[in-house]
Amino acid sequence: MTAVETSSLLLLVSFILYTLGSIVFTVSVTGKKFRQKGNESAGKRLGRVGFIITIIGFLSQLGYFFFRWDADGHVPVSNLFEYTTFFSMMMILAFIIIYILYRNNGVGVLTLPIAVVVIAYASVFPREVEPLIPALQSNWLKIHVTTVALGEGILSISFAAGLVYLLAVIDQSKASKKTFWLEFVMYSLVATFAFVIISFAFQSAHYQQTFSWVNEKGNQAKLVYHMPAIAGPHDGTKIGEGFGPLFEAPSWMNGVEAPRKFNTVIWSILGGFILYWIIRLILRRRISAAFQGVLKNINSPLMDEISYRAVAIGFPIFTLGGLVFAAIWAQQAWTRFWGWDPKEVWALITFLFYAAFLHFRLSRGWQGEKSAWLSVIGFVIIMFNLIFVNLVIAGLHSYA
Amino acid sequence: MSREIICECGHKNPEGTILCEACGKPLTDDQSSKELLNMRYEGSARRSQTYSRTPIDKIWNFFSSVKVGITLIILVLIAIAIGTIFPQDVYIPAGADPKTFYKEQYGVLGEIYKTLGFDHLYGSWWFVILLGLLGLSIIVASIDRFIPLHRALRNQKIVRHDRFMKKQRMYGVTETDDGAQIIDKARIALKERRYNIREDNGSLLAEKGRFSRWGPYVNHIGLIIVLTAGMLRFFPGMYTHEVLWLKEGETAKLPGTHGEYYLKNHKFILETYNQNNKQYEKSLKRAGTVAKNYQSNVTLYKTSDHHVLGAKPELHKVEDAGIRVNAPLEFNHYQVFQADYRLNEFNKMSFKLTNKKTKKSFGKLSVDLFNPKKEYDLGNGYRVKLIDYFPDFYFNDKGEPASKTDVPENPAFIFKMFTPDHPKGEVSFVAIKTNLEPLGKNDYKMTFAGVETKNVSGFVIKKDWTLWIFFVGMIIFLIGVGQGMYWNHRRMWLQRQGNTLVFAGHTNKNWFGLKKDIRFVVEKSGLSEPVDRLEQKSLEKEREIQA
Ligand code: HEM
Repeated sequence: MTAVETSSLLLLVSFILYTLGSIVFTVSVTGKKFRQKGNESAGKRLGRVGFIITIIGFLSQLGYFFFRWDADGHVPVSNLFEYTTFFSMMMILAFIIIYILYRNNGVGVLTLPIAVVVIAYASVFPREVEPLIPALQSNWLKIHVTTVALGEGILSISFAAGLVYLLAVIDQSKASKKTFWLEFVMYSLVATFAFVIISFAFQSAHYQQTFSWVNEKGNQAKLVYHMPAIAGPHDGTKIGEGFGPLFEAPSWMNGVEAPRKFNTVIWSILGGFILYWIIRLILRRRISAAFQGVLKNINSPLMDEISYRAVAIGFPIFTLGGLVFAAIWAQQAWTRFWGWDPKEVWALITFLFYAAFLHFRLSRGWQGEKSAWLSVIGFVIIMFNLIFVNLVIAGLHSYA
Repeated sequence: MSREIICECGHKNPEGTILCEACGKPLTDDQSSKELLNMRYEGSARRSQTYSRTPIDKIWNFFSSVKVGITLIILVLIAIAIGTIFPQDVYIPAGADPKTFYKEQYGVLGEIYKTLGFDHLYGSWWFVILLGLLGLSIIVASIDRFIPLHRALRNQKIVRHDRFMKKQRMYGVTETDDGAQIIDKARIALKERRYNIREDNGSLLAEKGRFSRWGPYVNHIGLIIVLTAGMLRFFPGMYTHEVLWLKEGETAKLPGTHGEYYLKNHKFILETYNQNNKQYEKSLKRAGTVAKNYQSNVTLYKTSDHHVLGAKPELHKVEDAGIRVNAPLEFNHYQVFQADYRLNEFNKMSFKLTNKKTKKSFGKLSVDLFNPKKEYDLGNGYRVKLIDYFPDFYFNDKGEPASKTDVPENPAFIFKMFTPDHPKGEVSFVAIKTNLEPLGKNDYKMTFAGVETKNVSGFVIKKDWTLWIFFVGMIIFLIGVGQGMYWNHRRMWLQRQGNTLVFAGHTNKNWFGLKKDIRFVVEKSGLSEPVDRLEQKSLEKEREIQA
């Protein structure tokens, strides 16, 4: 087996283990049904099992990382697949740290499934071993990217804990703005999963549709779609027969291959919608309402505390990696430590957002629900920078 | 001047104090009536909470408000987020006119964007003012809190007022005959947890991590330094940013170094990954050619210190270097970066003077496209004059030959050929794939005999004094955040009143951690476990709802 194959296999193993861990943690918090031995500690014991599964999954992912490193010849964080996978790994690491500090199963109920979705999402991107372009050939690549990912991983725990909090406390007996937005968050997770399923479906069918268009550099070029074109490129012409496009992407979508990515987003939103309603029809209530049933026994003040603590720990780490190390590297690679490149700006926005979060919490007494909503928004900003800035806004960083 | 408030313990507190700095007794009515004390800033007298008469008071209060501070942070956040919707003017395509670009490309929204200055956000006056207000807010808010907080923590006494103790979140009483022994055990346990212990008359104050209270002020100082560094960039001379295009084989003065340094470019190298590379085979097939290395091999020279103005400088070699992306050449606070390149730029073109009929050649000449000679003597009575030269040739509106730029992208020449048979000369117009005879038929022509190309390296030369200020500011910021986030200020008070031991605990954050410490002390000493009265309250509330 080659190093790449080994690394893929190990990643698959961790994917499966995290899925298993999700189930175990979920069962561990429901408690009641499984208190068959009549003692309180059943949930605790299950939680420990879940934790051990997580640790093994993490070690396996660590194995993925080092085999991949061997195959790449450089630290494997240099394209979207590798970075996103690494991000999920840091999320798990952050979870492990938080678990050791708090010994709490609640956070695991959402952290592990989110990590699963993130790994699945990452796997959609090209997975070939890639060489490094000169701008990326630096030790600062290692230092900057790993620190950012760790910071973002810890901040994501804040999101997971905040979401558990919201799912546990928001009144689901009647529909409200809160239940709508909470459900919207659940829908987004479902849509991400739908995106993965659709991508793999068309990938395995080898679907292809080529357009000719004028690309972002103003050159005539070919653009290959791997999903049927709902939105075609602006002023593009279809080459050959096939479905679509139903309409054209707006001209200001000028990132690298932006129309294709835009088309993918449309597919994900539609696919998410279908998947969401299937789940909802099975559950026969809102997904968040179903979760509330599971999370009844959660210690919600502790969730709030963990959510805040994760920000307290993650914020300086993110700042160190995303602003300080980033600036040092940018000075070396692009001759300037700060250039208001969109990706840089969104790192700064993340920084400012969490600074606001801390001040709200500290001085305005925003605890519990409000704070939890903020942690959700924070995660949205992080994801926006990871996905959307590459998609819509072209910049030096959009390496995928 | 301000009135002082003298507490029953004898301590003189400044006007506006809420809890006596020394013993903690609540000095205001609303605190006396509350179940739990508000321990923020130790109940010290903050200017912003005390005075609001004069305009200065009002301004001070405005900027010290965290509500205002958060608003400013959010405003900056929104502004820079909008600033990423369309590209900044520095990132629009080269040659595009910013005046029309936004409107043409993005329509009405683009025009609004441009009008409001979002295209040049980071230099726009309102954005700079916004940052200034943010900085002011940080400074005022910090001073407003730091000074009274510092005072209160310095003046705190070990023995606290009864009501102070009773109104702490962590509170418990232990009835015992054996108070002294319990306190002894508690002291050992607290020492084990690395608390600083001070005692007074049988009462005990255990404290740890007080320095973490200064974290926010330290980090705000760091931020102010960063903001200052940002403002400094508006002053000329704080940093230089120069561009130098240098051909292979040439030496030039490094701009921005005041004529002190020269650089010679020996060779520009562009390496790409080998398409047959086993390791990267698949991705190279998808991506095509991928660059592996951009490098200029150079020599750095310094001029001699005492060189006369105008005279040709004497160059002393400093070092040979290979400047690569990610590996700039650094010397004396300067950095020279490999920033760009042009491959195979026309450098010299050579021609032969030939007789059209006999095809016989009468010598060869080579025109330096950057610095062409006017006349070329080929010997034996043959010579060629270069009458006109267009480095980047096109026909202008009037149909006359002209040059778009000075870069020899498409060179064209007008030669006058002097030969023994035509001593007055014949005129020939030569451009790429063109050979015209504008003044009638010639017997001779200039035939293209080859071109010499050279690579050109694009260097950026930098010296940046603000770099270090930014860096130091960020480091101070991070130290401050770490100080405030990874440590907490925890305190426990243990007081003996006859057969009763009164215990109270407080922390500025991370109650989970404080409770762990308390549990440890309780287990080791035999104190009764104190209750978390905030949690108890919310529990009671929940039960009430359920009942
Ligand atoms: C980008 C801007 C800012 C950043 C990154 C920042 C960062 C921080 C951080 C990390 C803390 C510590 C929070 C904690 O311990 O939980 C803090 C505390 C604080 N900040 Fe800021 N801050 C900023 C702007 C401001 C502004 C504009 C104000 C003005 C009102 C302000 C007022 C405060 C106050 C009052 C505290 C609490 C101090 C204490 O606990 O004694 N900050 N800040």
